[in-house]
Amino acid sequence: MGIEVVVEGLTMSFGKQNIWQDVTLTLPAGEVSVMLGPSGTGKTVFLKSLIGLLKPQQGRVLINGVDMVGGAERDIYETRKLFGLMFQDGALFGSMTLFDNIAFPLREHTRKREPEIRRIVMERIELVGLLGAEGKLPGEISGGMRKRAGLARALVLDPQIVLCDEPDSGLDPVRTAYLSQLLIDLNARIDATMLIVTHNLDIAATVPDNMGMFFRRNLVTFGPREVLLTSDEPVVTQFLAGRREGPIGMSEEKDAALLAAELVDPANHRPSGPPVIVPQLEPSPGLPPRAAVARRRERVLGMLDSLPPAARAAIRDTYARGAAAPTPSVPRPGSGS
Amino acid sequence: MITGALRQTGRLFALAAEVSRAVFRRPFQFREFIEQFWFVASVTILPAALVSIPFGAVIALQVGSLTQQLGAQSFTGGASVLAVIQQASPLIVALLIAGAGGSAICADLGSRKIREELDAMEVMGVSPVQRLVVPRVLATMAVAVLLNGMVSVVGTLGGYFFNIVLQGGTPGAYLSSFSALAQLPDLYISELKALIFGFIAGIVAAHRGLNPRGGPKGVGDAVNQSVVITFMLLFFVNMVLTGIYLQIVPPKGG
Repeated sequence: MGIEVVVEGLTMSFGKQNIWQDVTLTLPAGEVSVMLGPSGTGKTVFLKSLIGLLKPQQGRVLINGVDMVGGAERDIYETRKLFGLMFQDGALFGSMTLFDNIAFPLREHTRKREPEIRRIVMERIELVGLLGAEGKLPGEISGGMRKRAGLARALVLDPQIVLCDEPDSGLDPVRTAYLSQLLIDLNARIDATMLIVTHNLDIAATVPDNMGMFFRRNLVTFGPREVLLTSDEPVVTQFLAGRREGPIGMSEEKDAALLAAELVDPANHRPSGPPVIVPQLEPSPGLPPRAAVARRRERVLGMLDSLPPAARAAIRDTYARGAAAPTPSVPRPGSGS
Repeated sequence: MITGALRQTGRLFALAAEVSRAVFRRPFQFREFIEQFWFVASVTILPAALVSIPFGAVIALQVGSLTQQLGAQSFTGGASVLAVIQQASPLIVALLIAGAGGSAICADLGSRKIREELDAMEVMGVSPVQRLVVPRVLATMAVAVLLNGMVSVVGTLGGYFFNIVLQGGTPGAYLSSFSALAQLPDLYISELKALIFGFIAGIVAAHRGLNPRGGPKGVGDAVNQSVVITFMLLFFVNMVLTGIYLQIVPPKGG
């Protein structure tokens, strides 16, 4: 089972520029979470802070009792072995072939013999669909392939916490859909805690158990996916609809005058029905069910009273639908066909 | 401004301390060390030899001309050899190591940094200092010591050749003044200087390479800075070491 990641009062600034402040959230163990936010709101900085690459000025990130912000360097290095981080452009070692890149963590941290390493690496290469490219150098393949190779490298040690930095950027919609499925399958297979940073709405709508969003140096919200998807927060609705009207401007914030003008413009008042929540992706047929689903159900139903009414209704709705269909905790043979 | 400079200096020393500690951490990256050693050696040997011949010659000619005017031709050999071994040789070695080897190390680490390779390494729980910087610093130190020997020999031979052939000095006087003035500690300090200079060149190159400021242009700037900073440090440290040496080691011809 994955590991819970507890973030408490994290505040980060570069010089005088404040990136975000007082971020507090908990990534529930084994569940998939997505962090949304317009470009330049410090999503990547947040990921790097979780793993201790960047040191926020205040706050703590607790993983297994180790503080990744202010803890001892030795403990942080040890804890990092639990992580798999997929960088935005793969961050592969330019002087090594894909095979050696993916084998790197195994050769560094395990005493496995070469045939064993080869088996594991080829399995991961097949998982991300790169068979045949293992002998190539990172400079010789496309950006999308580099990304997938980066994912394979992140997965090779069977991490307990998987962080993905914009897994979709540079991928076509079809590959993005495959990748979404891959991430869910992965969660079913290894039950790792996962955090995906993205601004891709398809991934956001179908993959996560929990969602959060950054805007204006703050964490707008973080909670079960229904909370964000039914939110009437202007920032959230604007972002999820991909509209121009709303608080998000081209340069992160819009000025107040423009915003006021938009509000009175009748053209901007589109009829908006109740938000439609797309069902979450299921693991591919043949895989075990996600262990996180049952845990999440219990957790979410337990906190139901503290949620806004719209979210409460949506959650009841989701679980009612789930109950009508065969329960997710039982394998459903052949349901994908 | 001042705090910025102090901060950079502090980080440089911190890196030096970290490298010194990581040298003893297992597993030692032997393969990386050999590769870097070979690389640094291959880019510095030929230029070092080519620079040291004329340098030895210039010193021999200058000293020869001066001693001639003073009527002390018989000491030409000793004086020029001491100048070559103690001063010229370690400096030539250090300048070449910094200019040819250090700049390449800095550019290599810098481009890895901006491609996030080093971050990826840290994320996988592997320390870039132990894995990449330590072998490089050890390589520059080892090459510096060995190269210093070669430059001393070539420079001395060059000085000998020019003094005998061009200035009509006598081989006997050259060699006898050599053993009258020079002593073994001169060679020791020369090698010690080379070792320290190699360390400085490696550390500065690694420090600049690990902290490039923003993008490919930043890497170019970092390489530039690493060479300039190394040169300044070298001349300063050389002055200090020479001063200490002259104080504590009694001169032979007394």
